Amino acid sequence: MKFINQTPLKKIERRDFLKTSTLGASGLLLGFHISCSRPFEEEIKEASIFFDPNVYLSINDLGEVTIVAHRSEMGTGIRTSLPTIVADELAADWSKVKIVQALGDEEIYGNQNTDGSFSGRMFYEPMRQAGAAARMMLEQAAADQWGVDASECNALNHEIIHSGSGKKLGFGDLAEAASKLTVPAVEDIKLKNPEDFTLIGKETPIYDLQDIVMGTAGFGIDAQTEGMKISVVARCPVAGGKVQSYDAEETLKVPGVLGVHELEAPAFPMGFNPLGGIAVVAENTWAAIKGRDALNITWDEGANAVYNSESYMSDMVTEIQKPGTVRREEGDIKKALATSSKTLESTYQIPHLSHTPMEPPNTLAHVTEGKCVIWAPTQHPQWVKGTVAAALELDPGNVEVHVTLLGGAFGRKSKPDFATEAALISQKAGVPIKLIWTREDDVHHDYLHACSAQHVKVGLDENNQVIAWNHHSAFPSIGGTSSPDAIQPADFELSLGMLDFPYDIPNICCESHDAPAHTRIGWLRSVCNIQHAYAVGSMLDEVAHLRKVDPVDNLLELLGEDRHIPFDKMMKDFPNYNEKVSDFPANTARMKNVIKLVADKSNWGKTLGSGRGQGICAHRSFLTYVACVVEVEIDENNQLSIPEIHFAVDCGVVVNRDRVKAQFEGGAVYGLSGALSSAITFDKGKVVQSNFHDYQVARINQAPGKVHVHFVDSSEKPTGVGEPPVPPIAPALCNAIFAATDKRLRELPIKLT
Amino acid sequence: MNPVTLTINGADHTLENIPDDMPLLWAIRDIAGLTGTKFGCGMALCGACTVHMNGNAVRSCSITVAAASGNEITTIEGLSENGDHPVQQAWMEVKVPQCGYCQTGQIMNAAAFLEKTPNPSESQIDQAMTGNICRCGTYNRIREAIQLAAKKGGAS
Ligand code: FES
Ligand code: FES
Repeated sequence: MKFINQTPLKKIERRDFLKTSTLGASGLLLGFHISCSRPFEEEIKEASIFFDPNVYLSINDLGEVTIVAHRSEMGTGIRTSLPTIVADELAADWSKVKIVQALGDEEIYGNQNTDGSFSGRMFYEPMRQAGAAARMMLEQAAADQWGVDASECNALNHEIIHSGSGKKLGFGDLAEAASKLTVPAVEDIKLKNPEDFTLIGKETPIYDLQDIVMGTAGFGIDAQTEGMKISVVARCPVAGGKVQSYDAEETLKVPGVLGVHELEAPAFPMGFNPLGGIAVVAENTWAAIKGRDALNITWDEGANAVYNSESYMSDMVTEIQKPGTVRREEGDIKKALATSSKTLESTYQIPHLSHTPMEPPNTLAHVTEGKCVIWAPTQHPQWVKGTVAAALELDPGNVEVHVTLLGGAFGRKSKPDFATEAALISQKAGVPIKLIWTREDDVHHDYLHACSAQHVKVGLDENNQVIAWNHHSAFPSIGGTSSPDAIQPADFELSLGMLDFPYDIPNICCESHDAPAHTRIGWLRSVCNIQHAYAVGSMLDEVAHLRKVDPVDNLLELLGEDRHIPFDKMMKDFPNYNEKVSDFPANTARMKNVIKLVADKSNWGKTLGSGRGQGICAHRSFLTYVACVVEVEIDENNQLSIPEIHFAVDCGVVVNRDRVKAQFEGGAVYGLSGALSSAITFDKGKVVQSNFHDYQVARINQAPGKVHVHFVDSSEKPTGVGEPPVPPIAPALCNAIFAATDKRLRELPIKLT
Repeated sequence: MNPVTLTINGADHTLENIPDDMPLLWAIRDIAGLTGTKFGCGMALCGACTVHMNGNAVRSCSITVAAASGNEITTIEGLSENGDHPVQQAWMEVKVPQCGYCQTGQIMNAAAFLEKTPNPSESQIDQAMTGNICRCGTYNRIREAIQLAAKKGGAS
């Protein structure tokens, strides 16, 4: 990706740097800020000189360093982690660093789509270069002033020090002189020696920590502006349905309700456009909700009113026993299975899942003549910009997208639908609109994780060796959300845990099946790795027991020789998370390493009392290697508890150790929600669940006693950490339950009785 | 309805022309303009909206303004002036928050709980905090922070 090396080092205009969500940047927001942790309140002096060596960084004559966070903060810590990389290379004093959030603007910042666990991977180098280039310029400025060679000048803790004389100059003193120098070319940038890192690999607290605990952090739902009204929308409960007729008489009688507006419903599949319906605009949220309750709407539910998820699942289960479309093949699977001395086959099922971030979707939009300003908790401001511009028929240059903090997202908030919906209502109502989705709206109209059925058939030869692996996968594709023709999963979906099966088995065949979408399917934290890791991770454990081999030994043995697997040679268009296989190969040595580490740290095979057991699953996703051991305890009343979970992780260089640990602690809980209790089902095309009483998620009493995260020390390029914790949890849990009870659970959420 | 007066963090707010059954949550957020109290479910299922009423933790989404009137309401903004309540301090020390959205509700719930149970056991903590969902899954650190706050004398 070309822009990576170009963007950060582009010398920019001051006005471009200022195009960030600082207070009053748009003149729209009154008193709303994303964070005020360190606003330099005590400064009386005004800075007058700014050294802006690139789009991410500015240093003023008071020595204040401002770093732009251009990715969205949804809980991963990225708004802190990327700026710490810049600050480390710059040798800045972190307490003198201020972070401002970037507006959505691809031309200036490059990719801002905070999704797919790639922020660290994509921006580690550019952020280092951005900080290092500025540091070199400050060193040069000091050298010029002292009349010495720049090589004798070194940056340390916000100062440049001359090694011979010990003379010092602060960053602020050098800002003006540095701003007159030429930015070094990428190839001339001298990066720090990793041994000298002061922030990378450490545990810097998140920038917004104090604001969060004081309730002053600005999430999307907290955005306000003068004249703002609140809106909620009644949407057809069946995806693709529309309003046939409606009566708003009672609605308009609710005190505080100002009006209703009909929003056009697109045909199914509607892609990432809003669903349409009736928007109620009111003075406050409660009036809007009451007004919506009072609407009398007759819906034309459309073709998806037939959707019943139970019969859909049983159709998929039947379908996957049959031959499907071959997506990967080595050897001769038919012959291998026919000549196997033992075979084993199992079916695994997972229902639809909903993201349910704690902050439901919402957006503040203000449409005025020829312009639109958006404040949204979005993972993808650039997509919002484009979609809103198209919906309002504006030039994208006239749509300004401010990114707030996100109260959780998990993939839900990368879809631009809710921001567009808010903009359309603001356009119709002629006032700034804060659109709120209630929890019921969120559960009823999410872009769901696909329900899925997997069938795996394995063959052993007479020497107890695994010779055949035949994996069938069926689930409605994300592509079905935009195209009626997408009735089979795409390569990118199958490459998440199925096609990238890394085990060394001579005959492998992966097949996919038809499954048309009847609702909006989306990507949810770790996407199709959820179902594929569940099937693969469970079946490998079943194989171990069939072979009477310890599950850890079984994995290590089946992985075979240490090698890089040439998936790109084995399949056409193998996605590899949008990275070249040569840059990020699937390396069985790294996989084995995390398995050995987790076995060691979890004291694998330790003696446990009755009703207790350990289960393992290893899974590489988002280019990160994870092995996980879950320990369960099941009492005489069939109550399950999880005394501990161990993760071993190889994610290359760790930028913020504490935040990566937090991602694994939280990812374990997210995975447990799906494994233990969450399920979205459909009847007559409508989601049956509505709120947290029937769409259940893990609570504190279900959380593991302890989550241990063990890192592999690595200098490899950093890879994803937001999503990789999730996939191995459910299979490791079910494998542990098998170890404890001899019960093999092949359906999620699990039922112990 | 008649104007209703709410006492929030010691200040009186008079509300007019609002539906009788407006939940306290929306009065706090939309009318008093205090946005630290969050909306998560509207049905007393998640705890994001937790505030104190006369020192007890309550779900503000499920109490009407009429019922709240005449009582002392404290929101996160009123828990401490500078974030120095022992629960907030412990929360920062343990680095509990991920996205942070649920955390004001968690903190308000924990603060009221520690007032009544200054030396809680692990199972008491789990029991007291079960009504507060954290979708980011910060539960292990919540337990740790409550224990730390208890040690610091969490009753403030
Ligand atoms: S919003 Fe009140 S408990 Fe969820
Ligand atoms: S920190 Fe995100 S929901 Fe709790």
